[in-house]
Amino acid sequence: MTQAQAPVAIGAQVQTRRRARPQLGGIAVNTVLIILMILWAIPAIGLLVASFRTAAATNESGWWTAFTPPWEFTIENYEYVLGRAGIDQAFINSFVITIPATVLVVMIAAFAAYAFAWMEFPGRNVLFVIVVGLLVVPLQMALIPILRIYSNFDLVGTFPAIWLAHAGFGLPLAIYLLRNYMGSLPSSLIESAKIDGADHFTIFTRLVVPLSVPVLASFAIFQFLWVWNDFLVALVFLGYDPANRVLTVELSDLAGRGEGSLNLLPAAAFVTMILPLIVFFSLQRFFVRGLTAGSVKG
Amino acid sequence: MFDAILENRLLAAILVVIAVPIVLVGYIYLVEFVVGLFRRTTAGRIRPWLWLAPALVFLGVFLVYPTIATVIRSFQNRRGDQFVGLENYQWFFTQNDTLIALRNNVIWVIFLPLLVVGIGLLVAVLVDRVRFEGAAKTVIFLPMAISFVAAGVIWRFMYELDPKVGTLNATLNAVGAEPRAWLVEQPQNNFFLIIVGVWLLTGFAMVILSAGLKGISTELLEAARVDGANEWQVFRRIVFPLLLPTIAVIGTTIIIYALKTFDVVYTMTNGNFNTDVIANSMYQMLFNNGQPGRSAAIAVILFVAIVPVMIVNIRRFQEQEAVR
Repeated sequence: MTQAQAPVAIGAQVQTRRRARPQLGGIAVNTVLIILMILWAIPAIGLLVASFRTAAATNESGWWTAFTPPWEFTIENYEYVLGRAGIDQAFINSFVITIPATVLVVMIAAFAAYAFAWMEFPGRNVLFVIVVGLLVVPLQMALIPILRIYSNFDLVGTFPAIWLAHAGFGLPLAIYLLRNYMGSLPSSLIESAKIDGADHFTIFTRLVVPLSVPVLASFAIFQFLWVWNDFLVALVFLGYDPANRVLTVELSDLAGRGEGSLNLLPAAAFVTMILPLIVFFSLQRFFVRGLTAGSVKG
Repeated sequence: MFDAILENRLLAAILVVIAVPIVLVGYIYLVEFVVGLFRRTTAGRIRPWLWLAPALVFLGVFLVYPTIATVIRSFQNRRGDQFVGLENYQWFFTQNDTLIALRNNVIWVIFLPLLVVGIGLLVAVLVDRVRFEGAAKTVIFLPMAISFVAAGVIWRFMYELDPKVGTLNATLNAVGAEPRAWLVEQPQNNFFLIIVGVWLLTGFAMVILSAGLKGISTELLEAARVDGANEWQVFRRIVFPLLLPTIAVIGTTIIIYALKTFDVVYTMTNGNFNTDVIANSMYQMLFNNGQPGRSAAIAVILFVAIVPVMIVNIRRFQEQEAVR
């Protein structure tokens, strides 16, 4: 709310702003942005408020009425969701799926990206273009053939099945981003290390990986959010079996039960969002920096 | 029994998180050791392939093989024991439902990139001129951290018919208008689904465009202003052309996304009220109707639709390489 007063102090503050900043905008610019921010925030705020209201209140009136007396808030919804709907199990499942799937793809992609960026071999560009091209394979199309492979190896409904699948699906984007970043490292650095007698293993572990931490971290966060929020892959490879459900499948199941759970859904939705939001807020700066490094040349 | 499963899973995950890096780094170490035994030229020839091997195996199994298998499957009958030529494709192009799905995808492909890139660009340009840049970016980017399923729940509350519960209809009610059935009214319900996608993806476009914008030299912009250009001319003649490559990157990404769109439709309407899209109808054919042949044909059609976008993508990559 204090943001709305920003235009008042502009004149005095201009000199202290960062150099790269063009002149501050007028009331129109501020108004447009604030309207957009409100539009973007309303859906999530509505859900947050609804998650703290009773079933009766949610069925009878909108979330905005909660701000007028009587202020009736409750944590019952969260208690129910965390206690009975099997969400604690799903939370652990989501976690157990997400971490290995992220580690696997980042490491394999880092090897490949290093080879694409700093090794000479025939067909390098063609192969890289094919890898980038695989970005567009529709995921849904890959599911059944993979299911068939998995059933040959008795992997259907197991966690390795979903670790490996997520790693495979994440690879094209990972290789693309990491190779762009690694390729932009100064070649003089790599060459001088070679002259000093360093082999590829040393250059990779001591030089390239430490220098690529921003992009490795940002992709890891990206993959983390993606796997955590994934619904389809988990549904197909793990199924509706309650012991196997991840958070998104659990939430979708709860949503399918209809009007009776109108008060529970918002709470359940927020439970699924907690970890991504923590990851997002704590690592946001990292995420944004690394993501833009590969695609934008300054 | 439940606890036992849980414990095993946690244990397995911890084991994997520790073991996978050890095994993979060990693999590369071993590769370097073995390669070191060969002569330099031979070593240089085989080394890249050994570094690429894990990635190529994964890509082969999870993306290349499924693509080939799906193409073959699309020419087979329901049970997969007989080739039926183009029958599955013929079916797709003669069904009312699938043609509506195709039409809806076209609507998605036009409006989603337009709105995402448009609003993303607007925010990126404006956010540079206000004092609450961080807050504004965070709010717009936040939906990226939210799953489609959770977003579906959020937007069901927005679009709810009952004005006592639904936010939008309550707003209409407040200004004296009749409540609307947002997700039932055709064909604009597609547009209301696209809004959900815009809400989710604009942050992505905004962040990348904003980074591109910060890369434009301020001297250049100042020079134009000193020469008497107004803000609109500066944007139109300098900022926009310089941002064009970035806009193209995001545009193609969002177009591919729009073609593959599934989650929003699946969670909000499941394709009812003529809101079906290709990816959802493919999913339904496969998992609910037991028609793998037709589903594969839909997948191939979707893939073929993406190919032009892919070619543009590859051209762009080659141009980038030429500059490098």
